Amino acid sequence: MSEKITIIQPKGRFQFIDWKEIWEYRELFWTFVKRDVSVRYKQTFIGGLWAILQPFITMVVFSFFFGTIMNVASGGVPYPIFSYSGLILWMYFTSAISTASGSLIGSASLITKVYFPRIIIPLAATMSGLVDYLISSLLLVFLLIYFQVVPSIFIFLIPMLAVLTWFLASGMGLWLSAINVKYRDVKYVVPFLIQLGLFFTPVIYPISIAPGFRNILLLNPMTGLIETHRSLILGLENFSFIPLLISIFVTGLIFISGAFYFKSVEKYFTDII
Amino acid sequence: MKKDIVVKVENLSKKYQIGEKLAYLTLRDQLMNIPQKIFKKRKKTKDFLALKNISFEVKRGEVLGIIGRNGAGKSTLLKILAGITEPTKGRIVMRGRVASMLEVGTGFNPELTGRDNIYLNGSIIGMKKSDIDAKFDDIIKFADIGEFLDTPVKRYSSGMYVRLAFAVAAHLDSDILLVDEVLAVGDNEFQKKCLNKMKNLSKSGRTVIYVSHNLDSINTLCKTAVVLDGGTLKYFKKTREAIESYYSATSGVIISSKNTTERKISFPIKNSKPMQFTSLTITKDDGKAFTHAITEEDSVECVLQYQISKILPIPTHLALTITNNEGINIIYSRDIGANHKTRVIRKQIGLFESTITIPSHTLAANIYSISISIFQTGGESLLIDNYNKVVNFQIIDKLNYLEKSPQILALSLPWETIKV
Repeated sequence: MSEKITIIQPKGRFQFIDWKEIWEYRELFWTFVKRDVSVRYKQTFIGGLWAILQPFITMVVFSFFFGTIMNVASGGVPYPIFSYSGLILWMYFTSAISTASGSLIGSASLITKVYFPRIIIPLAATMSGLVDYLISSLLLVFLLIYFQVVPSIFIFLIPMLAVLTWFLASGMGLWLSAINVKYRDVKYVVPFLIQLGLFFTPVIYPISIAPGFRNILLLNPMTGLIETHRSLILGLENFSFIPLLISIFVTGLIFISGAFYFKSVEKYFTDII
Repeated sequence: MKKDIVVKVENLSKKYQIGEKLAYLTLRDQLMNIPQKIFKKRKKTKDFLALKNISFEVKRGEVLGIIGRNGAGKSTLLKILAGITEPTKGRIVMRGRVASMLEVGTGFNPELTGRDNIYLNGSIIGMKKSDIDAKFDDIIKFADIGEFLDTPVKRYSSGMYVRLAFAVAAHLDSDILLVDEVLAVGDNEFQKKCLNKMKNLSKSGRTVIYVSHNLDSINTLCKTAVVLDGGTLKYFKKTREAIESYYSATSGVIISSKNTTERKISFPIKNSKPMQFTSLTITKDDGKAFTHAITEEDSVECVLQYQISKILPIPTHLALTITNNEGINIIYSRDIGANHKTRVIRKQIGLFESTITIPSHTLAANIYSISISIFQTGGESLLIDNYNKVVNFQIIDKLNYLEKSPQILALSLPWETIKV
């Protein structure tokens, strides 16, 4: 049997991502995901119900203010189901990037004590929210029945969107978590950006109510994802591929650049975390 | 690389930048620095070499001990070997699966149960799930946590927590194992278990690199040891020589050894001081060479030499502290109660010598260091001269070397035996 040879020496500045090594550590990746999922609602009274309660209450409040009082257009479907179908994806996205951005710092004790490819920390951090997303989409089924909305026949494509959103959140998570190791400003910037993001993403309003800003909104990669997500759930009227394609392109850009950036600063983590 | 060498370290250096850059940087700090950068010369960041040009080799099946003081670079070296941090220069080649045990219970999550944490910690330290499955029963047996297996570990007593953490680590299987000071956490029973485990590992052809302050365990476990001092490495074929070198590895003072039964440390003379130490000599009374540790039966004699170049109006005193390996000051003695004669003697200029004997059967088996000081009392106390932890020595218990449990004092008290 040939023995594994390990060579340790200073590496150059530019490093490719060692996907093979990440694959070898897949068990650890899943262990992290499992840990995050099982710890999430430990010692809470209602446990996993929080996953439904948060988007549900937000939906009720938004429906009251935007739907009832301000009468925001919702593309021919009742406002509650309109906003809920956007909110659950949005909430997954925001919780994923905020968990990911603090993930490396939260694992400081691991990083300084054990070797494994650091990249799996933020990548695993964006996974656990998917369980919440899954739970909250159960309520969506009830809402569809309650409001008697017939979903699109392509609703089975929804998991693809969840995967795309994972890539986007992970790409941003790679950037933010790595920057956070050096500059703790990230901790303050992320919640702030998330708050603003709700206004720059057509989550609780349809993109059609802001025709003048359509092109700017489309640059936001979440726009195409939320719009497509909603179209798949509520029916494909006025569906356009362009926002989705832009989203996929921007997501790819963010994820790849994030992975490269992460790799180039990774070696300093232990020393400065 | 020869076949029997499994770890080869060549010219390894690690540089850290210290000074301003060390702290967490926030953008605010960066912005605040802009005016400084414009108006002042840029503050240089200092480089600090944690390791300087280290080279050594470890053979298959060998247990290599690494000893050195705090800050000598032991942990840095181990972290580089483990791949946690990158060297600045040099190269390491290792043959076989490497696993590290720099801490026990890495990644333990307090909310999770013992069972979950076994899997979590196991996979973090590099075990496959199938390995853990196979060893699960052994692990819980080793940990001895019984019915608490499915209780969150935050409810564990600290002893149980450590035992569980230890049990997982002890079942880690790899060709090369890097171990840092982990023995310090377990109780004695556990330390012994782990020592045995490491011994068995090396018997089965595994290689262990073991960092410890506990020279006792280094001594029992390792045939070869290296000493790190201020980032440089002294290589020794034999552990005993390494330990001997460690004792006298004091920085900033000159070491001279007239003969082998005593250890003498000379201190540089500073003209500014009215009264100062010139040397400290420790001698053991059995007349044997100092390459051996002191046994409990030996008494240790400490001779403090000092020079008075200006007569001070207020009485001066000497103090000697003996600190054990855990950092506890076991013995503190000062000549404050010294008789009138002493005080009269010190009212002169010249070289003086004070001797203090630590009787045999006083100190329990451990590693000790001696600190000495000269101070003034009267009005306010004032430290005139002092040397902290200037010399180390080890006391061993001849009768009960392996079975020892932690003691602080081993006093020779009068035992009276009668037949009733």
